[in-house]
Amino acid sequence: MGSMTVGWWDKARVFVPWLSRRCSAVHRAARAASVLFGGALLMLCVSATPCMSDLAGASADSAIALVTLSGMETTATPSRFFREERLNALLLFTFFAGAILAYIGLAKKGAPLFIRKIAGLDAVDEAVGRATEMGRKVLYIPGIMSVDNIQTVASMSILGYVAERTAAYGTQLEVPNKDPLVLATAREVVKEAYMKAGRPDYFQEDMVNYVTYDQFAYTAAIQGLMTREKPATNFLIGSFYAESLIMAEAGNAAGAIQVAGTAELAQLPFFVVACDYTLIGEELYAASAYLSREPLILGSIKGQDLVKAALIVLIVVGMVLSSLGIGEFADFFTQE
Amino acid sequence: MDLVSAWVAAFLTLAIYSFLYKDNPLYRFAESLFVGLSLGYEIGIVLHRTIIPNLFQKLAADPGRNWYLVIGGVLGIMLYLRYVQRVSFLGRWALAVYMGYFVGVELMQRLHGDVLPQVKDTMLPLLPLSLASVQNLLVLVGVLSVLVYFYFSRPHTGILRPVSRLGIWFIMVCFGASFGYTVMARISLLVGRLTFLVDDWVRPTLAAILG
Repeated sequence: MGSMTVGWWDKARVFVPWLSRRCSAVHRAARAASVLFGGALLMLCVSATPCMSDLAGASADSAIALVTLSGMETTATPSRFFREERLNALLLFTFFAGAILAYIGLAKKGAPLFIRKIAGLDAVDEAVGRATEMGRKVLYIPGIMSVDNIQTVASMSILGYVAERTAAYGTQLEVPNKDPLVLATAREVVKEAYMKAGRPDYFQEDMVNYVTYDQFAYTAAIQGLMTREKPATNFLIGSFYAESLIMAEAGNAAGAIQVAGTAELAQLPFFVVACDYTLIGEELYAASAYLSREPLILGSIKGQDLVKAALIVLIVVGMVLSSLGIGEFADFFTQE
Repeated sequence: MDLVSAWVAAFLTLAIYSFLYKDNPLYRFAESLFVGLSLGYEIGIVLHRTIIPNLFQKLAADPGRNWYLVIGGVLGIMLYLRYVQRVSFLGRWALAVYMGYFVGVELMQRLHGDVLPQVKDTMLPLLPLSLASVQNLLVLVGVLSVLVYFYFSRPHTGILRPVSRLGIWFIMVCFGASFGYTVMARISLLVGRLTFLVDDWVRPTLAAILG
């Protein structure tokens, strides 16, 4: 029975690389198909009429299926397949996605893509070094939202970098989690970072642990942990809400050096006043690109910069035209 | 019975507030109770309000129509496969589907909800000159300078330096306003809790003692 299992597994191990090689051909075909689909979609932009009721039914059913999958409640409203009033979003999305994909392609080819250094990033090495000198742990709080939140995704990239540093210096790291999916992701990220640093023996599953799903119970536990175990360094990076000041204050009172980062506008002031360094808004995403140098993230930041430059031009043009009494240009950006 | 529950709630409230003095056994007790109870409660909530009604009951009622729910169920089970070393990679696939789906959904929500309305609301006329023009100019300068601050592809030198510094000033003014607003909201929460202690605990207790 055992040899049968091994035989099946060996076959699978041969099959997966074979499938992977074939997948590159499939991948090329899929890209060609996506270009064709994109072209067709753009043609629809020009010629679509609201009489596509058959397609509308299919698209509504698909949407309901996906939304139900995600556990959300929705009400099915009959809709047209193509809404001309949303052309602005389609065009912006196409430009946005195109810019990002183009830059990702450039980054993958090894083109030198510049991203300016962000002030708070020097603090990451400094903070881990301080914990090493003091012989105390580094505490990393990845926020309270799940991995569907972009800030949590960025936080995972920074966690990877911090874990690499703690692995290299032999510093103790603890990552308490509120969300079960973030727990699974963070554990993978930290494990991979320790392997990358050549110290897989230092990795322990308990380093990345689970507390509870309740926001303020989690906060109370973190507050207690900061006070009792007195970590030398606290990283508060991700999506935070009402618990931000409680955690930052507890860390401050415990004498830890604190590096925070979030894109939650209402919480940023609290981090600015209670932490030593704060990554403000989009700096959080740029920081993950700067630290990881991953082509995907780097290309994404460069693409976003291009979109920002385009928006600046659009806003100035729109302002000039509005001042001249031509309001149609600004109206194009109106939502229904 | 109401008085007993008020006493329990008041005791736990004061135990949590005792942290303001310093860490102590009462706070640790309340903290542990809070963490344990909330975790157990959440498991019950997820089981009885999400998994059973949205997956099991729907599949049992009409499997032909609700077949697609199996996909979500299988993806959920795949997350647990990370504990089986040989197939642990399947857990990553489930995570990838979950993240990819929500990133796609959120991207469009942000475009519709944030980017487009903000772009439109910044295209304000500066003519004819009036007090409103000054306000419109302030909005325009604020938005553009903050956008320049968050532009990462060029170092903040030359002309970009003063513009990005102006941007960070706008950001700090915004933070100040947000700080004050949120602190006021927190004070109202504190007032609510103190009202509970006085109205639902002290007064009924005194009334029970004094008859």
